[in-house]
Amino acid sequence: MGASSCERNGADEELSLIEIRNIYKIFGKSASRAFTLARSGQSKQRILSETGCTVGLQDVSLNVADGEIFVVMGLSGSGKSTLIRHINRLIEPTAGQVLVRGRDVLSLNRQELVNFRRSTVSMVFQRFALFPHITVWENVAYGLKVQGAPRPKRMERALGWLDKVGLNGFERQLPRQLSGGMQQRVGLARALCTDPDILLMDEPFSALDPLIRNQMQKQLMALQQDFHKTIVFITHDLDEALLLGDHIAILKDGLVEQVGRPQDIVLRPASPYVREFVRDVNRGRVLTAEAIMTPCPRNKGDNRGEASVTRDTVIEDLLHQSVATDRVLKVVDDTGGVIGEIHRDAVLKALVARP
Amino acid sequence: MEWLRNLLHEIGAGWAVEWPKALNVPLNSWINDFVEWLITEHGQAFEAVSNSISVVLLAIEQTLRGMPWLVMFFFITALAWFISGRRLGMTILVAVCLFSIGLIDPQLWDNAMVTLSVMLVATILCIVIGIPVGLLISAQDRLRSLVIPLLDLMQTMPSFVYLIPAIMLFGLGAVPAIFATVIYAIPPVIRLTDLGIRLVDSGLGEACDAMGANRIQKLLGLQIPTALPNILQGINQTTMLALSMVVIASMIGTRGLGTEVLLGLQQLNVGRALEAGIAIVLLAIVMDRITQAYGRKLLRAQRGR
Ligand SMILES: Nc1ncnc2c1ncn2[C@@H]1O[C@H](COP(=O)(O)OP(=O)(O)OP(=O)(O)O)[C@@H](O)[C@H]1O
Ligand SMILES: [Mg+2]
Repeated sequence: MGASSCERNGADEELSLIEIRNIYKIFGKSASRAFTLARSGQSKQRILSETGCTVGLQDVSLNVADGEIFVVMGLSGSGKSTLIRHINRLIEPTAGQVLVRGRDVLSLNRQELVNFRRSTVSMVFQRFALFPHITVWENVAYGLKVQGAPRPKRMERALGWLDKVGLNGFERQLPRQLSGGMQQRVGLARALCTDPDILLMDEPFSALDPLIRNQMQKQLMALQQDFHKTIVFITHDLDEALLLGDHIAILKDGLVEQVGRPQDIVLRPASPYVREFVRDVNRGRVLTAEAIMTPCPRNKGDNRGEASVTRDTVIEDLLHQSVATDRVLKVVDDTGGVIGEIHRDAVLKALVARP
Repeated sequence: MEWLRNLLHEIGAGWAVEWPKALNVPLNSWINDFVEWLITEHGQAFEAVSNSISVVLLAIEQTLRGMPWLVMFFFITALAWFISGRRLGMTILVAVCLFSIGLIDPQLWDNAMVTLSVMLVATILCIVIGIPVGLLISAQDRLRSLVIPLLDLMQTMPSFVYLIPAIMLFGLGAVPAIFATVIYAIPPVIRLTDLGIRLVDSGLGEACDAMGANRIQKLLGLQIPTALPNILQGINQTTMLALSMVVIASMIGTRGLGTEVLLGLQQLNVGRALEAGIAIVLLAIVMDRITQAYGRKLLRAQRGR
């Protein structure tokens, strides 16, 4: 669980940095007819067979809060890449609105869009998309170069970021001389080098093998602790989504199936599709004390030496305490007040998925 | 088939046997009228173009022919050496080919320099016109679907067809030869520039856009550099086509190696014609190696050896 998410568990209403409102995206020739069908709620398959158009997204609305990691997950073809490309307008929607800090991205003219991309939002790609003809540091500094920054400044900033992602000394290599994991670190450094508010990451770790992926996830979380970007992160891997996400949106055939915190998704799947998804997940590593406790009226400093855990402890970490004590476990909040208690049965029940 | 012809005539369908005169499209006179109109209305423009090309050509030709052969020989060899990234084998091949031209007949060296200068001017024009056109059609599908068939046409048309309008527009001499050569040799540069730009990974284009590069930055910073090996391949092909066309164009008054072949044939002097022919081949090898070497070197650099 990312540290930033823990701090924020209490506050429910937050300022939305990115607002996606009723986006539709239809690919194909007779898009207007397909759009009418999509508006009336026809399925993707039906629209494809009737009009030959592919529905990329169908009435998608999402809010991404400032400073959070928002994960979009879904299977191949569910429209994840299409969705994330609307945020920096690499793709224009058939209908709908995209607001960033309350500003309509679709109303920007060409120059404003260029400025928006230079200053506010950057992107990391699944297949790295590093420029093959220039060196690693030039890749990292490319965003600054298009802004017209002088070479010494570009070099200094690029080397700084390469250092932060652990690629000291590789600056003069060409991208193809690096391994996949190293290339994606360059991609990450390149995206961070312009100091954007928003980081769009389209399956950044999918092309890496599990061990490297794990390292990269840790590195991302460490960087996020320091820099507090707003990250929209795409993955088709539920474990990755649960690990990184403050909120998760599950997409299926261009439709949003469910949006919620990792806990909500695991404990209360909104549809059979989501339930199928979360069935095999390691619940002990996702669910927190707060999510499984029996709430009680908040009473300050009343835990008199009893076994207690903080509310954001995951089950895996409170298991041994729960087994060791024959009484209930108290759950305390940040100030030490008891907010609930956990019976041993509740722990067991939470670990077993409901059918 | 006689019976069918007779039958058709008898039933009054003679038009199905002989092409009806009324259906004739007078393409021939249209084109003639058009060329005539061009000359009368825009004669001055053609003259201006003609003059400026002449000036450039003259300067290049005088330099190449005025240079002592040994200096020229070392210059081209050195060029091959550096452009190929110091490859000994290729440099020796170029040197041997060059030397052999003079070896066959000292007169041929001078002729080769004339051919080379006409070819250089034509190739430069092809590049200067062809690359921008290639870039333009790579960005605009509509335009592309118009230009590509035109290029097909230009390439399938027998090459000397271009000589006649060239003469009509520019008279006899080197300029119409260059004009015809440019038309004949320009398709590969356009095609391969277009292809090269299109082959640039769309993911890279997206990355470039996402970082806020504007069109020019994207073109200069990503598209042209990554398409360069293809563009250079196009330039190489264009150079080769230009050489072959310069030889053909000697029919309308350029001098050089082509003239030697032509004179040899007219005098039934097979030896002379063949000597010049061999010199053309040698010159072609030199040009081919040098233009290709640069593309290869670039590709090696991009792939990180
Ligand atoms: N340029 C396009 N033209 C036509 N259809 C497209 C285009 N881009 C995407 N689609 C369609 O839109 C749908 C969503 O595609 P998208 O690439 O967003 O999926 P994804 O969730 O990112 O999948 P993956 O995990 O494989 O990357 C797919 O059905 C795809 O066929
Ligand atoms: Mg995708």
